[in-house]
Amino acid sequence: MNYRMVTANTLKEGAVVFMTASGGWSQNVNDGKTVTAEEADTLLESAAASVADCSIVAPYLIEVEVAGGKVRPVRLREQIRAKGPTIQFRTSA
Amino acid sequence: MPLIKDGAVAEDSWTTVGEDDPIPGGKAVIVGLTRWKDSADDLSGHNGPLGVRLKSDEPPELIAKDLGRFDLIALEFPNFNDGRAFSYARLLRERYRFTGEIRAVGDVLQDQLFFMRRCGFDSLELKEGRNVDTAIDALGDFTVAYQPASDEKDAPVKVRDWASN
Amino acid sequence: MMYQYDEIDKTLVKERVDQYRDQVARRMRGELSEEEFRPLRLRNGLYMQLHAYMLRVAIPYGLLSSTQLRKLALIAREYDRGYGHFTTRQNIQYNWPNLEDTPDILDHLAEVEMNAIQTSGNVNRNVTSDPYAGVARDEIEDPRPYCEIVRQFLTLHPEFSFLPRKFKVAVTAAETDRAAINVHDIGLRIVKNDAGEVGFKVLVGGGLGRTPFIGKVIRDFLPKEELLRYLQAILRVYNMEGRRDNLFKARIKILVHELGTERFTEKIEAEYEASKSDTRLLMDGIEEDRIRAFFTPPTYESLSDDAPDVDAEAAGNPAFADWLNRNVVAHKQPGYAIVNISLKPMGEAPGDATAEQMDAVADLADQYSLGHLRVTHRQNLVLADVRKQDLVALWKALVALDFATPNIERITDIISCPGLDYCNLATARSIPVAQRISQRFADMKRQYDIGEIRINISGCINACGHHHVGHIGILGLEKNGEESYQITLGGSSDVDADIGKRIGPAFASEDVVDAVETLVNTYLDIRQDGERFLDTYRRVGQDPFKERLYAAY
Repeated sequence: MNYRMVTANTLKEGAVVFMTASGGWSQNVNDGKTVTAEEADTLLESAAASVADCSIVAPYLIEVEVAGGKVRPVRLREQIRAKGPTIQFRTSA
Repeated sequence: MPLIKDGAVAEDSWTTVGEDDPIPGGKAVIVGLTRWKDSADDLSGHNGPLGVRLKSDEPPELIAKDLGRFDLIALEFPNFNDGRAFSYARLLRERYRFTGEIRAVGDVLQDQLFFMRRCGFDSLELKEGRNVDTAIDALGDFTVAYQPASDEKDAPVKVRDWASN
Repeated sequence: MMYQYDEIDKTLVKERVDQYRDQVARRMRGELSEEEFRPLRLRNGLYMQLHAYMLRVAIPYGLLSSTQLRKLALIAREYDRGYGHFTTRQNIQYNWPNLEDTPDILDHLAEVEMNAIQTSGNVNRNVTSDPYAGVARDEIEDPRPYCEIVRQFLTLHPEFSFLPRKFKVAVTAAETDRAAINVHDIGLRIVKNDAGEVGFKVLVGGGLGRTPFIGKVIRDFLPKEELLRYLQAILRVYNMEGRRDNLFKARIKILVHELGTERFTEKIEAEYEASKSDTRLLMDGIEEDRIRAFFTPPTYESLSDDAPDVDAEAAGNPAFADWLNRNVVAHKQPGYAIVNISLKPMGEAPGDATAEQMDAVADLADQYSLGHLRVTHRQNLVLADVRKQDLVALWKALVALDFATPNIERITDIISCPGLDYCNLATARSIPVAQRISQRFADMKRQYDIGEIRINISGCINACGHHHVGHIGILGLEKNGEESYQITLGGSSDVDADIGKRIGPAFASEDVVDAVETLVNTYLDIRQDGERFLDTYRRVGQDPFKERLYAAY
């Protein structure tokens, strides 16, 4: 069964974050609070406070799988958001 | 709603009347385009200043023949991304030579006020809750501009010589 | 050599930075909501992408001084992750800045007469041009003074800052179109009329995205002094009549399409006629001369066009000879050459450069190319004024930087948008596909056998990777949660501009490189003497390609 999680970007850095059980935000998808589809809207509503205090921008729900204690977003877009670009960027030689 | 005119907060002496509201005699009233078109004859008897309010899909061409009758034209911004009224204001000033008041109404952001003034608006009605002081400051965001517009007479900005004569 | 700011330019940029700094502060304090802030930050080039903010910095018509490039390197190092990405519209993008730092970045840019004004949003964007402007053998006159005039005219324009949608202008004066003027909202071609006077051919309504169109000619000859009045007429009609009810139908190309070219042209001409009493926009020559003076050709040395050292090196050094053939182009001045710096080494992200590479290229520009360089529409760099006698030394320096890949206009010179690795709108990745194609065709001999071919890759229907005008275009989509890639053939953004046609069903990510190889092999099998891929395709049509491509599936 798949779960739901709330993700957003931080206002200051634009960094990808996931809402934790305590209502805070972590850059690690494994720290994110997973809920059932039925509980998802309530979780999303609880992110409004972080929008209001200008810590995060545009929260939304994503679908995730949990296997072996690891969280994996279902959509490729969200996998890439969680892990960063799939390519090496050029670094100084 | 807070009104800015000539770079300061101003008292609004105009009343906007709805489609079916009675016209208060002797008062400065603003009517919608439909009302003007439907009852221009009735309004001709109005003994106070008269204004018309144009929606963003109602270009000034529609009232070009009647401009002499109006003391004020209110141009509506249904949302701040809808920039049609910037062109309408310039046409009113530069093509139709309208010399009455042009007022910006609707969803107006302070970051647009400088442009509005350059296009010939001389009063700006802010949405309720907007900060009037920062909005007035924003009128002075720029002291220079690259292109001529409708604000030559009392140009608040410096433009290059070629564009200013 | 390049336009330099006067007090008006400096003041305007500074005041814009101050205004933006205040907007950021209001956002941080919560006085602006994200919905309100978004259009404000966008018109200053700041996006929110997948992982971070992205800042797009304008490089007007692709022209840079070495000082400016060093500043771009400094920004990459101090405010980003040590690299930048050059785009198809001759801009540079930073992928990782913090919101709070962006006003400071803009201060840095202002120091070297650069900015991020109108690099996004529903406004006029960076005016682009021929990267060989001023040095091309096939141009009527230098288009850059007009680019600069248009840039200034449409910067913070009070009437045209809230257009229905974004707006892009490109200008060229050369026979070969290196500025893709056919696929811009306005394309301007500098032409001469029968009387020998210089003016503009005006194209309107070209563009890519979900509804691609080639621009329509609405004026064969516009006297050059009328340029701004005519632009005002086009923008005014668009501002008042362009669709605002549907984001996907808001570009000027849709207005042109829905009205028809004739009716659209009538409207523009009527507005233009009506504005003729306003003489302020009539370029009287003074401003034109002021701006043109900045682009006076440099004092070239009197050199022989023969370069025996270069010939000798080429005779004994195949790698140098390849580079000379591919990346070096004839200059209008004898004894000089135009050098393309390929930002497409095999397997790398197209258009990326590190801070160190930028610094090094800035040094090379100082040493070998009068301190200036250009960014091209195909995401490469150009040193435009290199003495032929310096070519060998320059080549060695470029090799050391991994910038001498001799693949200009070859199959690995791929245009690619950032795609799903960075972009918030993308539906599939593009850079990894570009990398895999480049690895597959890494053998230079094979690339030369294949000859001129343009592969363009976009990671979504918005077509930032210009797939519609690739000889082979690749469009990344998402199908049932998987990336899939649709292939179009026959596009071009050159004077023979056309929109590519879809060849058939999309390919899975693991099959797309094979598909490209099949197309290329088909071409190799059926081409006639001297035909490029595009020529063969246009001669035989889709069928031979389609048969081979789908035979295996």
